[in-house]
Amino acid sequence: MGSLSSLSGADKRDIVALEGVTKRFPGVVANDSVDLAIRPGEVHVLLGENGAGKSTLIGMLSGLQQPDEGRILVDGEPTAITSPRHALALGIGTVFQHMMLVPTLTVAENLLLGGPWWQRPKTEELEARVAGITRTLGITVKLHAKVSELSLGEQQQVEILRAMVRNSRLLILDESTSMLTPKGIDELGALMRRLVEQGLAIVFITHKLKEAAAFGDRISVLKLGRKVGEIPPERFRALGEQAIISEIVELMFGKQKDDPEAAQRPVRTIHAEAAPLLRVHDLAVAPTDDAPGLSSISFDIRPGELLGIAGIDGNGQKQLAEALAGQRATAGGSVRLEGASIEALSVGERRQKGLRYLTDDRLGEGTVGTFPVSINFFLKQVGAAPFWRKGVEQRAEIDQRAAQLVREYDVRTPSLKTPVARLSGGNIQKVLLARELAEGAKVVIFNKPTYGLDLANTLASRQRIRDTAARGLAVLLISTDLEELLSMCDRIAVIANGSLVGTVENVDDARTKVGRLMIGLAA
Amino acid sequence: MTGLFSEVFLSALLFGAVTAAIPLLLAGLGEQMSEKAGVLNIGIEGMMLAGAYLGFVGAFYSGSLWLGFLTGAGGGMAVALVMALLCVRIGLNQIVIGIALTLGLEGLTALLHHFQFSRSYPRLPAVDVTVIPLLSDIPVIGPALFKQHLIVYLAVALVFGMGYIYRRTQLGLNLQAAGDKPAALDVAGIDVLRTRTVAVLTTGALAGLGGAYLANIGAGLFIPFITNGAGFLGIVLAMLARGRPVWVLFGALLFGVCLSLTTAMQVAGINIPTDIIQMLPFLAVMIMLVLFGRRAGLPAALGIPYERGAR
Repeated sequence: MGSLSSLSGADKRDIVALEGVTKRFPGVVANDSVDLAIRPGEVHVLLGENGAGKSTLIGMLSGLQQPDEGRILVDGEPTAITSPRHALALGIGTVFQHMMLVPTLTVAENLLLGGPWWQRPKTEELEARVAGITRTLGITVKLHAKVSELSLGEQQQVEILRAMVRNSRLLILDESTSMLTPKGIDELGALMRRLVEQGLAIVFITHKLKEAAAFGDRISVLKLGRKVGEIPPERFRALGEQAIISEIVELMFGKQKDDPEAAQRPVRTIHAEAAPLLRVHDLAVAPTDDAPGLSSISFDIRPGELLGIAGIDGNGQKQLAEALAGQRATAGGSVRLEGASIEALSVGERRQKGLRYLTDDRLGEGTVGTFPVSINFFLKQVGAAPFWRKGVEQRAEIDQRAAQLVREYDVRTPSLKTPVARLSGGNIQKVLLARELAEGAKVVIFNKPTYGLDLANTLASRQRIRDTAARGLAVLLISTDLEELLSMCDRIAVIANGSLVGTVENVDDARTKVGRLMIGLAA
Repeated sequence: MTGLFSEVFLSALLFGAVTAAIPLLLAGLGEQMSEKAGVLNIGIEGMMLAGAYLGFVGAFYSGSLWLGFLTGAGGGMAVALVMALLCVRIGLNQIVIGIALTLGLEGLTALLHHFQFSRSYPRLPAVDVTVIPLLSDIPVIGPALFKQHLIVYLAVALVFGMGYIYRRTQLGLNLQAAGDKPAALDVAGIDVLRTRTVAVLTTGALAGLGGAYLANIGAGLFIPFITNGAGFLGIVLAMLARGRPVWVLFGALLFGVCLSLTTAMQVAGINIPTDIIQMLPFLAVMIMLVLFGRRAGLPAALGIPYERGAR
């Protein structure tokens, strides 16, 4: 692989090249005019945060989705990859983020899947091929073990092996390290190296910078669907690991000059001597099967203060929000609201005391999609006066107040009776904001409040959050968008693996400090 | 009481058990294939009714039982085609469509029967049995098991055929993958919807055959709602059999004995209310579900329509 140098633009050596590929989903541009060159003998790292458009790109390469604009060249020929079968036939093998093996079948049966249905599975032929491949790659695979009995690392090797058995020339690894142990990650890195030495092309998708620097030959950085930069192999080799990482941090988290989201954070004065409204000490949550736990989370928020929680998605943000709101059992620690302990209180009692939580799951847990807009404003007060009296809904009372909220929060809805699921994400968010910021709020937790919203609604939501803090409420803003946190928060705490790894005052060099904390370096 | 244990009585009981078991077996094998591929086929009762009616019509007008079986299987497949179209292709709710098909076919077959046969109530002549030499001479079980119509032996042979398909063929792998992890099958380059359609159509054919057996051999005539829950028992069997055809056979025989006992006890004049005796098969279902239902390992994607790229 060392002999390859890069030329700009499409190249004859490209196995696959993307030219101006754009993919839209309702309300979101998942990929915006992305160019990409994939060559044999190279590990091409696609780096980006969640929502950067990595998975959509992979979906188009593996035939699951079609681009709306732009074209994909395979061996220099414009090709529409119409189905997974077509992708396989073109020599594009994908190892998806979620395992694509049938757990109830054996390894051999999984490898045989996809053969013509009228044939007997060719087990002997497979065994011979697998023996040949595993020998050159230096891995061992238990062919006759059930997949459900294998570790995740072993399952992944089976998936890579499957791509090899099918004569893939391009191997796509989608977030393949996310479920592996550190040892498994190192083994995967070594395996990728041996594969590219055999002339394979690899696209390696990750959001971990260290892996990108350690395993890659070429790095493309995606941000919000756009490709914001590329480090070609010769530059890659010239730079040391630290230099590469800092360059990537610049690309991923650096501010674009023409960024429309950029907003100057007004200087606000917070009374440092004021008693904290919310005081969390040593909060812990036990891990579950599908979620990490939390350990020793401590922070204070004073009246009028905006504390941000930064971190790569899935590091315990949701657990933290739910533990504070009372929706998740804690395993220790204390939560004090205005000095009074609330950890024994129920969700409803916490709300009564003024603790409000805006979920990121707007349609799932935030609203009842089939209920009208008006009822959704009062979901958390069902049964309570003045909207319900003796168990009977007071339609006039509800409609009057709802109409007021619709005006106040600028909810764009055809009518009060419209089922809330028919509204756009931004307007559903406004309904949630109206509900949670209603009278009596003292501490508000926002979980990814602008996730999936368009620009106008993003800006409106941010202003609403700023106003909330300006009213003297304590605000906890959980977001995976560093830009958002930098533009709004007074302090930013960084969460990683369920604990806060550091808190940074949002002044001059906060961006670098938070960025370094997020990727596991000391501030 | 001597009548209850006489050789003739036991033999008749067993003979009746086999006769009652065959439709359940065919329905259970059919349902098993659908479920393996991830489609919960509640419409199987309707497919059996279509098979029973068309099977009877075919046999009655042609005078050939075999042609009756063919039209019966075809009738079941026609209903299955609707199910495949709505639930597999379009991805509608399998339970709702299944119930609708069953209720619809219940009405439709009763209506057609009323117009065609309500004056005459025709019956088919007694069936020819294939006597297996030597084995049929065994006391009690000989006459019960080895003096049956050829289709009975074929149905039992089908159990082993199905076992072979599931365990030894590419088709078997595809079916199981379609039910356990359809996305894996899709990325392996096999059309999930086509695989499921094949499974549902096969279910229809088997259920239709089961219905035709019920009408042509079991009863010798068609009456409205002749299946009387046989399709639903087939669903229970498929769920309890955990993907193994041979367990469908055992289960079908067990239910067959229960059903046969219902008749036999009434014939023997035992002084128990018939309503209670008729509950017996369903009591057996509940007991079996309590005993084994907990461990019934159903396919992970059972009942979930497949949509590419959905999470």
